[in-house]
Amino acid sequence: MTAALEIQGLRKSFGQTEIIRGIDLSIGRGERHAIIGPNGAGKSTLFNLITARFPLSSGSISLHGRNLQGLAPYQINRLGLSRSFQITNIFPKMSVFENVRCALLWAQGYRYSFWNMVSRSRALTEGAEAILDQINLLQRRDLPAGVLSYAEQRALEIGITIAGGADVIMLDEPTAGMSHSETDYIVGLIRTVTEGKTLVMVEHDMGVVFGLADRISVLVYGEIIATGKPADVRANARVQEAYLGAALEADH
Amino acid sequence: MQSLEKTQTRSDGGVSMKSAMPWIFSAVMLVLMPFIFQSNSAITIMNQMAITIVFALSYNMLLGQGGMLSFGHAVYMGVGGFVCVHVMNWEIFGSIPLPLLPLLGGVFGMILASMVGYFSTRKAGTVFAMISLGVGELIAACSVIIVVFFGGEEGVSGDRTYGIPFFGVEFLSQIEVYYLTAGWLLISALLMYLFSRTPIGRMANAVRDNPERAEFLGYSSRWVRYNSFVAAGFFAGIAGGLFAINYEILTEENLNLTTSGSILLVTFLGGVGVFFGPVVGAIVFTLLQTVLSLETEIWSLYVGALFVATVMFFPSGLAGVMQLHIAPIKLGTWRLLVMPYIITLVPAIICILGLSGLIEVLFHARHAAIGETEMTLFWVTFQHTEILPWVVFAVMAVVGFWLARKNAPQMMDAWHRANKPDGADT
Ligand SMILES: Nc1ncnc2c1ncn2[C@@H]1O[C@H](COP(=O)(O)OP(=O)(O)OP(=O)(O)O)[C@@H](O)[C@H]1O
Ligand SMILES: [Mg+2]
Repeated sequence: MTAALEIQGLRKSFGQTEIIRGIDLSIGRGERHAIIGPNGAGKSTLFNLITARFPLSSGSISLHGRNLQGLAPYQINRLGLSRSFQITNIFPKMSVFENVRCALLWAQGYRYSFWNMVSRSRALTEGAEAILDQINLLQRRDLPAGVLSYAEQRALEIGITIAGGADVIMLDEPTAGMSHSETDYIVGLIRTVTEGKTLVMVEHDMGVVFGLADRISVLVYGEIIATGKPADVRANARVQEAYLGAALEADH
Repeated sequence: MQSLEKTQTRSDGGVSMKSAMPWIFSAVMLVLMPFIFQSNSAITIMNQMAITIVFALSYNMLLGQGGMLSFGHAVYMGVGGFVCVHVMNWEIFGSIPLPLLPLLGGVFGMILASMVGYFSTRKAGTVFAMISLGVGELIAACSVIIVVFFGGEEGVSGDRTYGIPFFGVEFLSQIEVYYLTAGWLLISALLMYLFSRTPIGRMANAVRDNPERAEFLGYSSRWVRYNSFVAAGFFAGIAGGLFAINYEILTEENLNLTTSGSILLVTFLGGVGVFFGPVVGAIVFTLLQTVLSLETEIWSLYVGALFVATVMFFPSGLAGVMQLHIAPIKLGTWRLLVMPYIITLVPAIICILGLSGLIEVLFHARHAAIGETEMTLFWVTFQHTEILPWVVFAVMAVVGFWLARKNAPQMMDAWHRANKPDGADT
C-alpha cells in the first residue's frame, strides 16, 4: 500500500539560511501523525512545503503515490488534502455560515458553477450547519467571522479545514490559545472527524499529542531526529535531550 | 398570519416572497415612474440613471464582490456601445429588433474582458489596478488612432429607428426607449444579483476576503477573479448598448479614464458592501450631475467634496448608512434619533449652503465676464460686489458649523442608545 504522504530529501532555504535540512518521512493511510519540536524548528514551514504554499528547494513530496511537484495549492486540495493554519486564516468579512459553506463548495462538486443557487442546495446548507454544530458555532451562524473571539476563530479554522471531508487533514497547532475544556472538546472532535482518515498535526500540548497520535516525529532545526510510536519517542534519549524533557516539564 | 411569518423567516432555498418583494417593487416602480415624471427631460434623466445603474452594478461585481479596484471599466461599456452604434449603421440592422441590440454590446464587452482579464486578474490589489489603468489608457489612446472603429474626435453615430419594429414599436419616442432601458435594467440587475448567489459568486467574496485561503479550499483565486471579470465585462457591455440606443452616438469620452473614474466614484458613493449600493449611488450621482449642473458650473467640485466626505466618514457609502438604520427601526428605537438628527443635521446643511454660497460668489467674482456683477443664487439676485451676501454666507457657515458641532455629541449619544435593545442610557 502506498503511503498517504511520502516525503523524500526535502530541503528549503530562505535566502542563505536552510530551514528544512533534509527530511524523509512516510505517513501511512489512516495514521494519526503528530509533528513536535521546539519553536522555529520548521514545523509550519514543512506544512507550507507540503501544501505548496512555498516552493521547495529540493526533494520530493507525494500524496497517495502522486508527485506534487509543480502543483498549486488548489490542485493539491482537490487531490484530497486539506490544512489549517497556525495563524488563523479565515474569511473575516463573510458570515460564519458562509465561511463553512465556501469550504464545502468544491468538495460537493459545484466547481465554478454559475447556474446553481447556493441557497437552494439542501446538501450545502445542512452540511454547513452540521459542521457549525460540531464546532459549537451554530449560535454565531450569521455574525461576520472577523468579530468572533480568538478561540471561536480557531474552531472555525478547524471547521473550514474538515468541512470538505478531505482524506488527508493537516492541522497546525489546532488547540493553540484554547482553554482546557475547549481543548478537550476540539481533540474529541478531531478524533471523530479524522476517523479512518490521515491526520498530520503540529502540536505543542503534549497531553494532546500523546493522547491522539499513532506515531510522532520530532523536528529539531529542520531535521527529524526521531520518528516512531509515542512510547518509543518518549523513551528516546536524543529526543529527551533536545526537546521532550523541557516540553514535558513545562506541561506538568 | 403567524404561520406565514414562520415560513418567511426561514429561507431554505426556493424563491421566497420576502426575497422577491424588492424585485416586484422595483419592477412596479419602473413601470410607474414615467407616469409620475412625465416631462421629456425627466425621462432622459431616468434613462441616464438606468444606464448608470447597470454600469455601476457591473463595476461593483469587481470592486465590491470581487475586491478588484479597476480604473478602466469604462472600456468595456464603451466598446460594447461602439459595436452597437456600428451595427445601427449596417444593412443587417434592418432585420434586428432593437431591444436585442444591448445583448450584442454585452457579448463584445465580454469578449474584450475575457482577453484583458486573462492577464489582469492574475493578481488583485495594486497589480490589477495598475493593469486596468494601463489598458484603459491604451484603449482610450486607440480611439484616436483606430478611426474606423472609434470615429476619431467626433465619434460614431447611428439611428436606432432603422431596426425592424418590435411588436409595432419603432422607438421614436423617449418613453419607448425608457421602457426598453428599464427592461434591460431589471433583467441585468436580477442576473447580477443571482450571479452573486451562485457558487462562483460566493467564492468571489471569499477570494476578495482571503485569496490564499480560497486556494486551500480547492479554488484558483485567479480563475474566480477571471470569471467575475468576464461577467462584469458582459454587463458593462450591456450598459454600453443601452447608451448607444439612448444617445445614438458614442465618442472617446465613453471609454476614457474620466468615465472609468466616475463610475468608481458612483459605486463607492452608493456603497460597495451592499448589492443595492451602486443603485443608490447611480441615482444620487445622476441627480447631482443633471440637476446641480443646471445650477452651477462648478458642480463637480461639490460631487468631489461629497465623495471625499463619503470616503472619510461613511466608507460603507449611502447604502451602508441606510443599512445602519435597520437595527434602530427593528428595535423601535428610531424615535430617539429624530430630534438629535434635526438639531445636528439642519445646522450642518446650513453650514454647507453657506460654504457653497461663499464659493459661488467667489467663483463669480473671479470668473464672470468683466463688468458682469449680477448673479442669482438660491433664488435671490444680487451683486457680487456687495458686502452683504458675503456676510450672510459667512455667518451661515460659521453659525451652522458651530451649532452642528455643539449638537453632534448628542446625536452620537442618541445613536448609541438607539442601538441598544431597551434604548437605555449608556
Ligand atoms: N517566509 C519566510 N521567510 C523567511 N524565513 C522564514 C519564513 N517562514 C519561516 N521562516 C523561518 O523559518 C524558521 C522556522 O519557522 P516555522 O514557522 O516553520 O517554525 P515552527 O516550527 O512552526 O515554529 P513555531 O512552533 O513557533 O510555530 C524560523 O526561523 C522562521 O523565522
Ligand atoms: Mg509553526
